[in-house]
Amino acid sequence: MLPLASPALASAGVTGTWRIYKPVVELEKCVDCGVCWQFCPDSVIEWERGRKIQIDYTYCKGCGICAEVCPVKVIKMVPENNT
Amino acid sequence: MTFRLDQLPKKKYVLPGNAACAGCGMMIGLRVLGMALGEEVVLIVPASCSSVVQGLAPKSSIAMPVLNVPFASAAAVATGISEAFKALGVRGHAVVWAGDGSTVDIGFAAVSGAAERNSDVIYVMYDNEAYMNTGIQRSGSTPKYAWTSTTPVGKREQKKDVALMLAVQGAPYVATANIAYPQDFYRKLKRAAEIPGFKFIHLYAPCPPGWRFDPAKTVEVARLAVETGVWILWEYDRGAFRLNPPSTIYRDRAKRRPLADYIKIQGRFAHLSDEEVRFIEEEVEAKWQRIAKFLE
Repeated sequence: MLPLASPALASAGVTGTWRIYKPVVELEKCVDCGVCWQFCPDSVIEWERGRKIQIDYTYCKGCGICAEVCPVKVIKMVPENNT
Repeated sequence: MTFRLDQLPKKKYVLPGNAACAGCGMMIGLRVLGMALGEEVVLIVPASCSSVVQGLAPKSSIAMPVLNVPFASAAAVATGISEAFKALGVRGHAVVWAGDGSTVDIGFAAVSGAAERNSDVIYVMYDNEAYMNTGIQRSGSTPKYAWTSTTPVGKREQKKDVALMLAVQGAPYVATANIAYPQDFYRKLKRAAEIPGFKFIHLYAPCPPGWRFDPAKTVEVARLAVETGVWILWEYDRGAFRLNPPSTIYRDRAKRRPLADYIKIQGRFAHLSDEEVRFIEEEVEAKWQRIAKFLE
C-alpha cells in the first residue's frame, strides 16, 4: 500500500485550543474589504463580498494577524477566559 | 492583470486545523500559491516546515497534490515530473515549495543544475532565514548578526543572494516576492506559469518563533522589510531587469524608513549595538547599489 495522505480538516487536531486571545469582529463597522481573509494563515476566515466575514473558532489559532492588518481596526483580540 | 480580492478562488488550498505555528508567514504564501495555480500544480516539498505541516498522514492539510522528497533532490524530482508531464501530454506545473535551507545550502547543486538544464519548473523558495523546523539553526540565508540556536552571539557571515545568483546564471525568469504583498506574488506566479524553462521566486516569509516576535506582527515585519529597504522586490524577465512597486521608490535612500524600525521589532536582533545597526544599514545600501548596476 502506498503511504498516501488525503486532504482533510484537523490534520493536527482542533487547533482552536491553542488560542490565548480570541479575535472578535464588530461586524457593523466592518467595511467588507477582505484583507483579513487574504492574510489569515490558516484559512479560518470565511468571506464573500456583501456578506462580510465569519471566523471559524474551532480552528482559529488566535495569532492576531487579522486584527493587525484590518484597515479600520474593528477586530479586537480578547483574552479567552473573559468570553 | 487585474487582481481583485473578491474574485480570487474561495477554495481552501490550506485547510484549517493544520500543524503550522500561529502566525506562520509561509502559510500566507502557500495560500497565495493555491489561489494562483492551485488547480494545475504538483507540489514538490523537500524536508522543511511545510513537510511537517502537510505530512501528518493519514491527513494532509494542503489541498494540492504533494510529493515529499529528500532534502537535496527537490529540483531534480521536479525536472522528472515536468518531463513526465510533457511525455504524457498533461497540462500542469511542477512547483517546488522549498525552504531556504534546502535551496541555498543542501540542495543548491540540484537547483543550479535544474537552471542549467532549463527544466520547466517553478521553484519557490520561501525564505524564513534559518532551519526553523529543526530548531532555528543558521542557514546560508540567515542575515548577518542574526541570533539563531547555532549562532548564539549572532551570525558572522553574509546572507546569500540566491535569486541574483540564478539570474546571473541565465534562468529565464527570476523574481523576489514578499508575503506582505500578495498581489505582487500572485502576479509573479502567473507570469512564471506562462514562461517555459526554469523559473525561480524567492519569497520572504517571516517566522514568529524563530525571529522572536509576536505572531500578530508577521505581516508588519514583512512590510517593514520592504519599507526599510532590507528586502528588494525585483523581477528578471528574460533579460529585462526591473524593480517592482513598492520597492521602486525605496531606491532613493531618503525615502526608506529607518532600519531600526525593522531591527527593534525582532528579538533575534535584540543584542545589536547602534554601531552594528549602522553597519547593516550600509550593507543594505551596498545591496541596492548592486541591484542598481543590473538596472542600467
